[in-house]
Amino acid sequence: MEVNESLLKELSKKAINIRRNIIEMVYMASSGHPGGALSIVDILTILYFYEMKVDLSNSKDENRDRFVLSKGHASPALYATLAEKGFIKKEELRKFRSINSLLQGHPDMKKIPGVDMTTGSLGQGLSAANGMALAGKLDQKSYRVYCMLGDGEIEEGQIWEAAMSASHYKLDNLCVIVDNNNLQIDGEISKVMSPYPIDKKFEAFGFEVLRNRWS
Amino acid sequence: MKPEIKIATRQSFGEALKKLGDENENIVVLDADLSSATKTEIFAKAYPERFFDMGIAEQDMIGTAAGLATCGKIPFASSFAAFATGRVYDQIRASICYPNLNVKICGTHAGITVGEDGATHQMLEDISLMRGLPNMTVLCPSDDISTKWAVEEASKINGPVYIRLARAATPVIYEENKIFTFGKAVQFGDGTDATVFATGVEVAEALKAQEILKGYNIDIRVVDMLSIKPIDKDIIERCAMGTDRLISIEDHSIIGGLGSAIAEVLTERYPAKLKRMGMQDTFGQSGKAVDLMNFYKLNAEAIVKELKN
Ligand SMILES: Cc1ncc(C[n+]2csc(CCOP(=O)(O)OP(=O)(O)O)c2C)c(N)n1
Ligand SMILES: [Mg+2]
Repeated sequence: MEVNESLLKELSKKAINIRRNIIEMVYMASSGHPGGALSIVDILTILYFYEMKVDLSNSKDENRDRFVLSKGHASPALYATLAEKGFIKKEELRKFRSINSLLQGHPDMKKIPGVDMTTGSLGQGLSAANGMALAGKLDQKSYRVYCMLGDGEIEEGQIWEAAMSASHYKLDNLCVIVDNNNLQIDGEISKVMSPYPIDKKFEAFGFEVLRNRWS
Repeated sequence: MKPEIKIATRQSFGEALKKLGDENENIVVLDADLSSATKTEIFAKAYPERFFDMGIAEQDMIGTAAGLATCGKIPFASSFAAFATGRVYDQIRASICYPNLNVKICGTHAGITVGEDGATHQMLEDISLMRGLPNMTVLCPSDDISTKWAVEEASKINGPVYIRLARAATPVIYEENKIFTFGKAVQFGDGTDATVFATGVEVAEALKAQEILKGYNIDIRVVDMLSIKPIDKDIIERCAMGTDRLISIEDHSIIGGLGSAIAEVLTERYPAKLKRMGMQDTFGQSGKAVDLMNFYKLNAEAIVKELKN
């Protein structure tokens, strides 16, 4: 797909819909994490409507690209994106976090087609993404695995175990995204427990790092 | 029982894994820098491309196994029981059991029979932790033959399984062609004076006690509880009805382990007194396995003493 004005316009329209749905979901549920959800909308929009190979008619396709939302509390963003993509009925969004809903507080891969990994306990998603990438290598498949981490989440030690593994096993089919919104629950990440410099740390662990700052 | 051929169940496990690997190319094995002790090295040598050493990083090992399982692999993740369960309890809970992923966790060096390494390495709470998890199956084989069966059986179950294994070499109890049934215990003898429910390394001790007690005209039956979850409720009820005394024995804490699991069944099906032998809410210590089993009353002599009273 070529990146041009009209594509960008279309994507920003989708991102607006996703944002609106996030706000409505969290409002209806009177609970949830709106901030961490809103801060990944643009990235999810690009992933699901430009970058990733996923197919609604074949949601379990062995060759599909995978996405692991390691910061599972941002589930409203994933649900709203999957709804925009057609994996989830728009009416279902209103049942977010309510009893007997598919849309659990944190993503449940057994309940929702299009969710590749169950998450919610922070720090675990990158290991799972590595496992998917390793399986892809073993089976000589060409799919890619994307993993979204929170900037507070990377205070978890398991993230760095996984960063070491990704590099050791040369997982060049893996793309890790750190959502650097500078916030975690108790305040600014630099004040609570600074993981900075994030880019240099990942570089030291063997990653090729691209920095993307909001203009 | 055959004349004392002794094999550690971790050795049987390593051999069984290699055999599984021969038959099914979806079998992958992960270890955390203990492959020579857990015996996953046998698989690693045969299938290096399907073996992943994750280094001393058990949390990442469990998570990686989960990811592999989402792509159709059947991962066996192994370390010492302390590090394969306690260290990674939340990883097993959130990334394997909740999504019901097809990962087999194999904890070797369970219990005080680890010996010299001492309390940090003697896992006494793993049965308790693992059986409390929804979707988890817990197998605790007692010898070479039952371990090979357990490994094979685990590969056929589509979901998480914990296999509890021992460091120490213990007698081979079963004949090569023994047929086990998933979820069923195995009964030795039909004495009515007492039932000794045993699991893992304690089964051989209970069988030894059964022989010694014959000399005192005490006729007991021994039940090998090799499946802790699901547990064989019928055999527990039948033995409670048919024998005068009930004992459970395990190389594990009496809190939450085999004894607790049996007590749960008894309270619902057939209330009866149960003596729980095992680690009495205490940590272990360094020493030779035989000395520790004697000190903590986990050997045949302790069972004999209990039943002569
Ligand atoms: C292991 C674990 N500890 C604590 C929590 C509770 N928790 C949920 S969100 C959050 C803060 C996350 O911050 P960050 O990763 O920066 O995510 P953001 O919301 O900023 O995107 C915490 C501590 C959790 N879900 N998992
Ligand atoms: Mg943050």
